Amino acid sequence: MTPELKGFLLVSVLKTVVVFTFVMLLVAYSTLLERWIAAWIQDRVGPNRAGPKGLLQPIADGIKNLLKEEVIPGGSNKVFFVFAPAISLMAALIIPLTIPWAAPFPLEFDWTLPLLGRFVHHGATPATVTVLPVGFLFVLAISSVGVYGIALGGWASNNKYSLLGGLRGTAQMVSYEVAMGLSLIPVLLLVGNVSFPEIVRAQQQGPIGWFVLPLALSAFMFLVSGFAETNRVPFDMPESESELVAGYHTEYSSMKFSAFMIAEFASMVTISMMFVTLFLGGWDIPFTHWDEAGGMRQFWATAVVFFVKCLFFLFLFMWVRWTLPRFRFDQLMALGWKVFIPMGLAYVIFIAIGLYVVEGPLGVTSPAARSGLLFLFNIPVLVYVFRVLDRGHLIRGSYTQRPAAAPRPARAA
Amino acid sequence: MAIGVKVMQRPGNEASYVRATLKGMALTFRHLFQPKITMQYPEERSTETWTISPRWRGTHRMLTDEQGRSKCVACGLCPQICPANCIKLVPGEDEEGNRYPLIYEIDEFRCVFCGYCQEVCPEEAIHVGVHYENAEYERGRFVYDLERLSAQTHPVSSLWDPTDPRGE
Repeated sequence: MTPELKGFLLVSVLKTVVVFTFVMLLVAYSTLLERWIAAWIQDRVGPNRAGPKGLLQPIADGIKNLLKEEVIPGGSNKVFFVFAPAISLMAALIIPLTIPWAAPFPLEFDWTLPLLGRFVHHGATPATVTVLPVGFLFVLAISSVGVYGIALGGWASNNKYSLLGGLRGTAQMVSYEVAMGLSLIPVLLLVGNVSFPEIVRAQQQGPIGWFVLPLALSAFMFLVSGFAETNRVPFDMPESESELVAGYHTEYSSMKFSAFMIAEFASMVTISMMFVTLFLGGWDIPFTHWDEAGGMRQFWATAVVFFVKCLFFLFLFMWVRWTLPRFRFDQLMALGWKVFIPMGLAYVIFIAIGLYVVEGPLGVTSPAARSGLLFLFNIPVLVYVFRVLDRGHLIRGSYTQRPAAAPRPARAA
Repeated sequence: MAIGVKVMQRPGNEASYVRATLKGMALTFRHLFQPKITMQYPEERSTETWTISPRWRGTHRMLTDEQGRSKCVACGLCPQICPANCIKLVPGEDEEGNRYPLIYEIDEFRCVFCGYCQEVCPEEAIHVGVHYENAEYERGRFVYDLERLSAQTHPVSSLWDPTDPRGE
């Protein structure tokens, strides 16, 4: 191996370790954050016993889960029963490796280590483990693999609640996979590339070139689909404690259950990172071009900015969870198939026409002006869509329409 | 239709989804910052707004006189009135004819903490106490003997006073 290749391998391994550790820590502490936010919203105090202010709670939980008895039900399919949590966990932990979490940083070294030989690395290093040319296509593919964990876990448990949970999870994730993919096509239209670093670069132009403005509806659809993909309330059909005991992980105990929980929180972290990268400019600091210069200080600043943006979305996930009740299953499917998929298709066409008008007849070339104009085009669409959603014309359930003859009872004045 | 299916009349045009969601989110966000009223029990036993009632009827306490002997004269009224039959009293008599309890045991597991023993006691000897931390490692420890009842130091219950029903 050449010294350059060895240097590259060393840096990649180190970056993998850093990202993995960071995501696992974030997952551990987001369980604590979730419990705190749940408590605060319900006017309680929340965990405060383990360590100062309860900060060691995730460690206590982890030890408890490791030491608990592992139960594998007698009638279960043991191979798949054991594999399911591993698949879920793997799928959830791979995605953060593709996301750029800070500005590229300069890294120079030329070491000669005993036994291993010479390591050389120079030049700007992207702050992501892999710069994937296939970008979010890879993410969409891997997040569908996560379905297998839930479906297999539900089926292998040999338990009716688990099976129902697994089926619901599969149906829901497969449906929202489509909506999520459709909501990302407008991003592809604007950037012309699916790789994350390119998407971030495209959003750095102008005072705010973040795609959340010109592609507001896409961002909204992506966020809602993200909630559905991660099986979070209000779309936690696969678990739905009140109906299915605990859904697909009813029969799981100890560390296998823990693996499912980690997978759930990790996919939450992943969706937050994806949203930040796709629509909120990734590690971009708004209103300045200082962060694009490259350098160690820029690296740390952008990493902090990225982290803060992600934290906001983690908070949003939890905030929504402790606010909204669960959707009914048919409403969930109606929202996915009857609203988001047609809406996503229409929005792709709308953005395509918008882009054509802006770049063709209007002849705008600056990306900032393009974003602004597209945002202006978006306003009537947003108003219309939210009006319709608000009135509930689209997410009515399967009872179709009310019998025409039945007069509505007069409301009390 | 063979079976009567009840069709729910759902609110159609008056329904609001997005606005209702936003309203709910605003509500929960406000609650994030509201003061918490949880009392941190082992560290905090009373707050400005809450303290245990002086009428609380907890585990018993036997009062003693100046010489450290129990005030009980073994009259037998408390085992007589006890609805749970949890007081065991064996009376004894010394040379001067003073009655005293040879055995006085209260089974705190059987006790229903009605406070009748304190009410009926003519010597104000047995009392129910303002005390609630009674954990033990074995069942046997819940039968309190005379020595243990006399050794308790917690305040005694004021019970309900009919002349002052609201405790003012």
